[in-house]
Amino acid sequence: MELKSLGCTILGAAFLLGGPACPALAYTVYVSNEKGNSITVLDSATFEILQTIPVGQRPRGIILTKDGKHLLICASDDDTIQVLDVAKREIVGDLPSGPDPELLNLHPSGSPVYVANEDDNLLTVIDLDSKTVLAEVIVGVEPEGVGVSPDGKTVVVTSETTNMAHFIDTESFELTDNVLVGSRPRFAEFTADGSRVWVTSEVAGVVSVIDAKTRKIIKTIGFAIPGVQPEYIQPVGVRVTKDGAKVFVALGPANRVAVIDGNTLEVETYLLVGHRVWQLALTPDEKLLFTTNGNSNDVSVIDVPNLKVIKSIPVGSAPWGVAVSPE
Amino acid sequence: MKNRRLRNGRGGVLALPALLLAPFFALAAPQEQVEADTTETITAIPLGYIKQEVKRPIPLSRLNAEPGDIGVAGAEIALKDNNTTGLFTKQRFSLEVETVPVGGNALAALDKLMQNGNRFILVDAPAEILLQLADAAKGKDVLLFNVRATDVSLRQENCRANVLHTAPDRAMLADALAQYLIWKKWPRWLVVKGVFPEDRAYLEALHRAATRFGGVIVEEREFAETPGARRSDTGQLQIQRQMPVFTQGAPDYDVLVVADEREVFGPYLPYRTWDPRPVAGTAGLQAMSWHPAHEQWGATQMQNRFQRSAKRFMLPVDYQAWLAVRAVGEAASRVNPADFAAMNAFLRSDKLELAAFKGQKVTFRKWDGQLRQPIIVAGPDMPVSMSPQEGFLHQHAAADTLGIDEPESKCKFE
Repeated sequence: MELKSLGCTILGAAFLLGGPACPALAYTVYVSNEKGNSITVLDSATFEILQTIPVGQRPRGIILTKDGKHLLICASDDDTIQVLDVAKREIVGDLPSGPDPELLNLHPSGSPVYVANEDDNLLTVIDLDSKTVLAEVIVGVEPEGVGVSPDGKTVVVTSETTNMAHFIDTESFELTDNVLVGSRPRFAEFTADGSRVWVTSEVAGVVSVIDAKTRKIIKTIGFAIPGVQPEYIQPVGVRVTKDGAKVFVALGPANRVAVIDGNTLEVETYLLVGHRVWQLALTPDEKLLFTTNGNSNDVSVIDVPNLKVIKSIPVGSAPWGVAVSPE
Repeated sequence: MKNRRLRNGRGGVLALPALLLAPFFALAAPQEQVEADTTETITAIPLGYIKQEVKRPIPLSRLNAEPGDIGVAGAEIALKDNNTTGLFTKQRFSLEVETVPVGGNALAALDKLMQNGNRFILVDAPAEILLQLADAAKGKDVLLFNVRATDVSLRQENCRANVLHTAPDRAMLADALAQYLIWKKWPRWLVVKGVFPEDRAYLEALHRAATRFGGVIVEEREFAETPGARRSDTGQLQIQRQMPVFTQGAPDYDVLVVADEREVFGPYLPYRTWDPRPVAGTAGLQAMSWHPAHEQWGATQMQNRFQRSAKRFMLPVDYQAWLAVRAVGEAASRVNPADFAAMNAFLRSDKLELAAFKGQKVTFRKWDGQLRQPIIVAGPDMPVSMSPQEGFLHQHAAADTLGIDEPESKCKFE
């Protein structure tokens, strides 16, 4: 940590003229390039590309294991999840994901991993240590978003054609509730206190805030951006700060990230990023937010305290998923 | 499949022994599960399908032969999609298909479907038969979906209040193509037209599109030859000599636009024009609701699902039938499916948010029942673009720059 703090100080000095004050600790940022079949590795302090690693075909959803040692990569067209050793920066294995894995999430204890199989109406549950399938849960058509409650008791899967958020008990693997949301739900994110689930609906152009206890929709939030046709507002990725105060929503071809007040549930502002923004990731210190922009082949960096877009970093072809190292 | 457990109709769960790596047999048929469930009430939503067979000329290219199950295969996939959702909403969709032979009685098929309780009926039939069916169903709690006929008149003077159109009309198709040609800065068109009524109808749509978007038809040439034997061993050599001569001496033009819906000569034109020019219209670059290589906006999953089930590529009429069944499914998940008036109103409202792999929700236009949807512009192998094109503006919805807009609509629902 000391080294990182020192790096920060030096960097802070470098940024004195116009840049943000000491931006963040140096984390490693991983970006999956859907068309480039690669992972771009970035430094969050210098914004430099450290390496581009060739991986399987059509990499989309990515997540770091809780120990930060491995990056799990949904290689959708190879019907597998690849395991990248982040120290060696090479693929060291794979997981039996089932066909067409798109997004995934982890149990708070680090295992199992929950995978949405978009082509097969399934949620596959995989034990990370034994690399075996524990269960396959039948859900609606084209499952995609996977949210896990902080207590690890509930998984929420969104199905894009069925238009539901399915609540699944992680012990029994039973579907306990099916909440009808706006058309083509793509992403589910629990708040850190476990009280709410945020679900984006791409075609409806809205975000549903669901009470995690009652499983009822508290509010459906729409968006309006001057000069942008409503049909281009297509919410996909969403991230909530740990205190629940700020919610960031990627709006796809509207080329904006919406900032929502997590308490009043009102839209605060829109931040202009690259073209067709898909997914978002916060640094653990919540100073920076990285966005993948699928049509402009870059990553936008947002200064979270100041709500300003500070940098655009060219990455591989069609960036999709993004993950940030825990330290 | 013995270890599949059913839980109160909420969807099956398959618990696998930790060491058993057999993920693929877990795919359970949704219908099976609903049938196995007797503990809760299931709402039945029966859909009908009238397929009027038509004598069609053999296409010039073997690749364009129409599959026997066209349309129905698309409806069946949508039925599966609806029934998977139905697992969670306690709804069960079914499809009853009535095939009417050439010269057969489509009205009898309609009667049968209505007697069997089908209120939502897909129709794959020529315009005149669709109109007979619509008039026969008038005043009843029945809604028809036109999944095939492209006639503009069905959306204009011959529109019917009980028909929704998932098939785009010729005006939408011509506008979609024209917008791309104008965007590409190919505004001067040499038109080659056939002699049949549908060729004239398409030509009319082309003229309208040219006027709307700034195209110029530099000359119209009629290909007068009527269809004869489609294949002969010397055919190719003849065509190679005939087509350049036929297109010789045209005024300066950017693109040859062909109006030949029956495929009498259109596919002979690409690569054989006197001047080296691209070909568009009913051959070459074409506008369509769906292309088997369309993979944008999540369409890959749709193509995969269809190909696994039908063992062939998905074609526009399949997509149009899929849209109709999915629209009913979507409405049934939002309002009471037993309430016909509520279903009918929901389907026509802005509340319908049908995700259709086109990058925006699709809805039905209130003034003529036409589905508002982006149109794919494609070459033989792949989509080239999707219209509406950038820069063609509309005060309400960009997709309404395609086809007959509200102010010019002649449709009056009775």
